[in-house]
Amino acid sequence: MLKILIEPLQYEFMQRSLIIAIIVGIICAVVGSYLMVQRLALLGDAISHSVLPGLAIAFILDINIFIGAFVAGLISTLCINIIRNNSKIKEDAAMGIVFSAFFALGITLITVVQKENKIDLNHFLFGNILGVSLSDVKDTIIIAIFVLLIVFLFYKELLFYTFDKLGAKSVGLPVNLLDTGLMILIGLTIVASLKAVGVILVLSLLITPACTAYLLVNRLHEVMILGVFFGVISSISGMYLSYYFNLPSGPAIVLVATLLFIFSFLFSPNHGLITGFLKLKYNQIKS
Amino acid sequence: MGNLNSLAVENLSVSYRQVEALRNVSFQVLPHRVTGIIGPNGAGKSTMMKAMLGLIPYQFGSILLDNQPLIKQKSRIAYVPQRSQIDWTYPATVWDVVMMGRVKKTGWLLPFSKMSRLTVKKALEKVQMSDFCHRPIGELSGGQQQRVFLARSLAQSADIFFFDEPFAGVDQKTETIIFNIFRELAQEGKIVLVVNHDLGESINNFDNLILVNKNLIASGTKEEVLQEENLYNAYSGKVSFFSQNQKLIA
Repeated sequence: MLKILIEPLQYEFMQRSLIIAIIVGIICAVVGSYLMVQRLALLGDAISHSVLPGLAIAFILDINIFIGAFVAGLISTLCINIIRNNSKIKEDAAMGIVFSAFFALGITLITVVQKENKIDLNHFLFGNILGVSLSDVKDTIIIAIFVLLIVFLFYKELLFYTFDKLGAKSVGLPVNLLDTGLMILIGLTIVASLKAVGVILVLSLLITPACTAYLLVNRLHEVMILGVFFGVISSISGMYLSYYFNLPSGPAIVLVATLLFIFSFLFSPNHGLITGFLKLKYNQIKS
Repeated sequence: MGNLNSLAVENLSVSYRQVEALRNVSFQVLPHRVTGIIGPNGAGKSTMMKAMLGLIPYQFGSILLDNQPLIKQKSRIAYVPQRSQIDWTYPATVWDVVMMGRVKKTGWLLPFSKMSRLTVKKALEKVQMSDFCHRPIGELSGGQQQRVFLARSLAQSADIFFFDEPFAGVDQKTETIIFNIFRELAQEGKIVLVVNHDLGESINNFDNLILVNKNLIASGTKEEVLQEENLYNAYSGKVSFFSQNQKLIA
């Protein structure tokens, strides 16, 4: 058993990708908790699809892809807000328009440049965790420390704001700043996760572990901590499954996370489908 | 806490998405009184409260507390939004929510002090929710949720209290607890301002009333405002008024 766990670790690329997978599991669960409680899951999807042209342009201009992705994410949220605030089109429709347009632009750009630059569209869409470099690891760690520090330092303000925006505004909390801050955290987290799972599956790591935890515990920080646990378990087991069964690593991680959610959905002591059914039966027999 | 003079609203006009919600409304709210804002559906009661608090923009007017703009004295304000505007499935306990009343007073980067915990404990006792301290808010009844929000406003140690429809969908026990606390706050010299849709018997618990329907119809003591003519103007004749027992039927 121990041999199974240790064997992959003798390869440096596996060490690096495991580190990335674990970090991504941590920050996605924390930031994803905020997305979940604010019902902004679709915004996560929109931002992650929108960063694609940024990645492509960063490649063409040879600048850091983290910066490219981040700028593209920022511009897309700006576009969504401009459409929403200046027409009668609602936010979800505006998101649909903007993120599919950015996604299409990204795919077009990458397809055009991929031949001469020896890059692969699939790596952007589904991640390429086995190809992470040492500097990728470094960038990801810096982003993770920043994200976790912000959440820790501003936890009570963000809790108030995400629960009751009007109440938070009435006592004089800078709600626009908190909102922008949260958007930046979401953007950074998505960008940091791209290498691991790609733009299409990052939503799963943001939302699924947080939702799994939400069915089990009742306070935001508990959701975050338990979500981190589920996220990390998913990342590690996904990586090992991918190593031994030659599966694509991003989808393997996502499938483990989904499996954990299904367990929680069926067997959560308070909210589980099957536990609820069993409780009902037990009470019927007793009475 | 100091001596409050009064809250003065002058010429307040609010338009919301090009629709005029309030036109040129002026009135005074006094301390030592429980003041109700009443009027028919869509009269602009909640809008008026939000505009006064700076939560939505207004086109014209001034809102002064002790001759200073109210929005520059946010630490003196406690506001309880409508219960229906909140997602009660949010992962938080009763304690977490009441603690929010201490966030601003605590300040950035600092943890809650012992004082704050004590304040929150006392607030929970006052609304008779101490036993529910660790209960997730999603498992509370409507009345209990409203009492949690009331406790949060008490924990803010404010001078001026704004409540938006606190009696919507609450039980009799909660209504009594809330009115008792309003009375205590008034006796302490606070300003208590309550948007109230219901025109039932509970209206007797208010001292002063502000009757609006886009315009100000009347403001003053309960007796002054509850005149047949005023009500006719506000509700365009859809309310009968029995002066013998102070009962209104909408």
